Amino acid sequence: MVNRLLLYLELIRMEFVNNLAYRSFYFTGILNYSIQIGAYFFLWDAVYAGNRVIGGLDREEMITYVIIAWVVRSFYFSNLDRRVGTDIREGKIALELIRPYSYQMVKYARSFGEAIFRMLFFALPAGLAIYLIRPFTLPIGWDSVVMFVIAVLGAFVINAQISMIAGFVVFFTKSPTGVYKAKRVIMDLLSGLLLPISFYPGWARDIIQLLPFQAVSYLPNMIYLGQISGAAAFKVLGLQVFWITVLGLLAHLFWRFAVKHVVIQGG
Amino acid sequence: MKLIEARGLTKEFRIFSRSEGVMGAFRDLFHRRYRILRAVDGIDFAVDRGEMVGYIGANGAGKSTTIKMLTGILVPTAGTVSVNGYVPHKDRESYTRGIGVVFGQRSQLWWDIAVIESFKLLRRIYDVPREDFRRRLQQFDDILGLSGLLNLPVRKLSLGQRMRCDLAAALLHNPAILFLDEPTIGLDVLAKSKIREFLKEINNEYKTTVILTTHDLGDIEALCPRVAIIDRGKMLYDGSVDNLYSQWGQDKLEDIVKRIYMGQKPTSGSAGGGWDIG
Ligand SMILES: Nc1ncnc2c1ncn2[C@@H]1O[C@H](COP(=O)(O)OP(=O)(O)OP(=O)(O)O)[C@@H](O)[C@H]1O
Ligand SMILES: [Mg+2]
Repeated sequence: MVNRLLLYLELIRMEFVNNLAYRSFYFTGILNYSIQIGAYFFLWDAVYAGNRVIGGLDREEMITYVIIAWVVRSFYFSNLDRRVGTDIREGKIALELIRPYSYQMVKYARSFGEAIFRMLFFALPAGLAIYLIRPFTLPIGWDSVVMFVIAVLGAFVINAQISMIAGFVVFFTKSPTGVYKAKRVIMDLLSGLLLPISFYPGWARDIIQLLPFQAVSYLPNMIYLGQISGAAAFKVLGLQVFWITVLGLLAHLFWRFAVKHVVIQGG
Repeated sequence: MKLIEARGLTKEFRIFSRSEGVMGAFRDLFHRRYRILRAVDGIDFAVDRGEMVGYIGANGAGKSTTIKMLTGILVPTAGTVSVNGYVPHKDRESYTRGIGVVFGQRSQLWWDIAVIESFKLLRRIYDVPREDFRRRLQQFDDILGLSGLLNLPVRKLSLGQRMRCDLAAALLHNPAILFLDEPTIGLDVLAKSKIREFLKEINNEYKTTVILTTHDLGDIEALCPRVAIIDRGKMLYDGSVDNLYSQWGQDKLEDIVKRIYMGQKPTSGSAGGGWDIG
């Protein structure tokens, strides 16, 4: 138990160090995010001309929402789906069977190492730089900050689990890129990254509320903005725990299926 | 009690055939046609601790499939297998701690991280005490010459360099059994002899049991007193190399094996010893 923990800590450290060595790769990423955030800033600035309130958010809140959503995404985002999909397509998961560890935990640990790197060298500097250029609203109280940080960790786990499952789905299709793209579109739309969930029509909101995606972006952002606080914020964390359990179970079933296929049919 | 014991070990694959055209694809939705390919066909195989056994056979004979069953990657269709007291595909977590595996065709090191980082991870994965790790790494380095490679990521290594690292990686936890599937494929003569020397020393010092498949009979001559020959899934010969020489009355192993692959049986001497005719 302790030994496994040390292994996963080692993986986190290793991935972090590994990312340091390839950090030039991230400069393009930073550019990409700057363009995204800039574009959405001008878009919403125009939409909000006249100081209206849309979907429960005023102009300032909306701009903060966009900035926070993208900065946080730069933390939790990973290529886990592609990595798992490639392992499956190239038959690498057969080789994972000769190792006394959990394949999924190894992948999650490495993703987390990368996420810590992204937070330190990407999300935090980007957030600071944006704040210097165009100050945005800060959380009202420390309780919001604490709840937000925990919710962002939950967002990382849920996003990683969804990516893991998407990677496993590659097993059932001839078009892996189709799976990755579909996952990306679903995540961008239903997580609330592109549009707060409160902007959707009632029927769409009802459906989205039954899905795990909003726990990745929309709900943590609302905690940041103070729109969700107190007991409601605790409920968000509870919801995240619920989805982490369900998705973990689902990912486990997919893994079992993939392994069964490999050991019977040879990949 | 044998270290490795397989009885009637069999693996069948389903080969699905696709029908042509739209109608064919539609039909396949409901009724996929397949034929059965018996890649390994009821082989019996027993190995003692400390043995080095060469496992040879023509392309597609079933060597890799056998290795995969012995390592627990594939579940046998029929037959029983027990290695080191475990049923490989059932007791994976505990079983894999006692084996090392190298597939010459594909590295098991992490592609994008420095070799030494991979090694450190393996130390954690197999709970190798720090002192043992350091000592073994030193020893492997002495024979295999790893020091220049340790700080490079695997993707920057040449085939021979990678293979040396893979071998060291498979042995860091001092496994009781080492499975090697074509460990010398694509290597130059010097690299090959280095690896052979290394395996010999490991076998000598740690009494590591080694099962190795190869197409280079030099590996067999240098390392394996015992050889098993598989042909179209069936065990053709399992016995000493010396016995092969005397039975065939030839002095080149390559000539002997060529004839065996062509389906000939030994002419001189008493057939029988090791031959599975029937
Ligand atoms: N996953 C699989 N699905 C279907 N058939 C397979 C699979 N793996 C192997 N086979 C078939 O089983 C037979 C034995 O293959 P195997 O890889 O064990 O041969 P081998 O002795 O290792 O050959 P080589 O010397 O070329 O490596 C071959 O006919 C091969 O096509
Ligand atoms: Mg093979």
